[in-house]
Amino acid sequence: MTDSTAAQGVTAVARMRAVPDGRAGTALPLLAGEGPLALRRTGSPGDGGAHVTVVGAMTAPLGGDRLRIEAEVAPGARLTVGASAATVSLPGRDGEQAAYDVRLAVGADAELRWLPEPVIAARGSDLRMTTRVRLAAGARLLLREEQILGRYGEPAGRLVTRLSVELDGRPLLDQELSFGPGTAPGWDGPAVLGGHRAVGQLLLVAPELGEEKAELADVPAEYGRAALTPLAGPARLVTAIAPDGHHLRRLLDAYLHRFPGG
Amino acid sequence: MATDHGCPVPGARAALLLLADGRFPAGGHAHSGGAEAAVAEGRLRDAGTLAEFCRGRLHTTGLVAAALAAAATSGADPLGLDDAADARTPSAAQRAVSRRLGRQLLRAARAVWPAPALDDLAAARPRGVHQPVVLGLTAASAGLLPLDAAYAAAYDCVSTPASAAVRLLGLDPFQAAAVLAALAAEVDSVAEEAEGAGRRALREGPAALPAGSAPLLDLGAEAHAGWAVRLFAS
Repeated sequence: MTDSTAAQGVTAVARMRAVPDGRAGTALPLLAGEGPLALRRTGSPGDGGAHVTVVGAMTAPLGGDRLRIEAEVAPGARLTVGASAATVSLPGRDGEQAAYDVRLAVGADAELRWLPEPVIAARGSDLRMTTRVRLAAGARLLLREEQILGRYGEPAGRLVTRLSVELDGRPLLDQELSFGPGTAPGWDGPAVLGGHRAVGQLLLVAPELGEEKAELADVPAEYGRAALTPLAGPARLVTAIAPDGHHLRRLLDAYLHRFPGG
Repeated sequence: MATDHGCPVPGARAALLLLADGRFPAGGHAHSGGAEAAVAEGRLRDAGTLAEFCRGRLHTTGLVAAALAAAATSGADPLGLDDAADARTPSAAQRAVSRRLGRQLLRAARAVWPAPALDDLAAARPRGVHQPVVLGLTAASAGLLPLDAAYAAAYDCVSTPASAAVRLLGLDPFQAAAVLAALAAEVDSVAEEAEGAGRRALREGPAALPAGSAPLLDLGAEAHAGWAVRLFAS
């Protein structure tokens, strides 16, 4: 990156690595944030895992920023990552796109619970977010994603998110959502969002999961819709859409609390 | 050798018409492309909402299907593409439908345009292969190009709900055809984008394929699969 582009946006990387500490717990030999991505170890949940909170995400990203988070969970370790606040994507000075990349790797018999707060695409913003997850055979994952289009009562910014999950070298889930003016035509129409302003996914991967029947959330349509469906592998995906972030979280939480450790 | 209209062998252009014809005996007429669920939920009501429904489908799952088809025609490993299609189809109901349509198309294709590649595919995945992958190999067997396969997939993605809407809503067939005509330029651009994505997948692997997703199509498909009585299979 040249100095001139660097001057227009923040580039920040946060990295963490969880390993077994040899006493049935999890150690964090690497925990390094910078700029708008500060990482804090926020106690241990008492189940042998480590808990990390991404702090201060509210100041970013602005258009032109390039943020990246990398987390690796070594075989046998357990890590939970949350955030202190939602990520609000805001327009930059020159309309440049912001990039937010998340790279997660989970080893055999390791567990990652990746439960960040929503990404909110404020009016005029433009963010491309990519999340790539590499799971070893026998890895466990619980991952939540929430996309909110516009702050309260505000028109949507542009938000493109790609979630790619690989299990034992094979693709398990690859999904791209494109919302907001100037993205995929029809994004707000009856095949895609139909006027909803909040979309979320909850992905559970666990080696003991088999094929089971899909099921629909039994809630009135004005609160949103959700369905749980088995993927082509030991995994389940909850897809939810709702009028706003509050209703979305309620829909996802109903499933989260049923999942192991939820 | 390519002729001046871009077809590699004589008769290929007519073969594309046959492949894209709704009357081609591959079972597509029994499906609504999500339209039946959308009509029941009040999302699809008239020609205007049909156009927006088709547009949203075209630029998400339509682009994905067209890119899978183009990649298959250009010689990418069909089993790798089939895995990529699984990962890009989170709804279990839609995966089942896509494999069923793939099986039906493969049966028709082996009779209409016999080719060893089609026999190999049937032997490798007896439970069926995702329809766009079969479509791509069928196109190759018929002497068509990757762009042709992308066109067939993209057009199918909008023509299926448009035909179904005529039956479901009692929509004037002229209006439904006008919706498709108005989307023609977007079908062009999606097919061209898909062809490029198919080339990229051949070079870089199937992870390079697009992965556009439509939450309401996924949710509607799961709901529809649970209905006791329905006009269309999907």
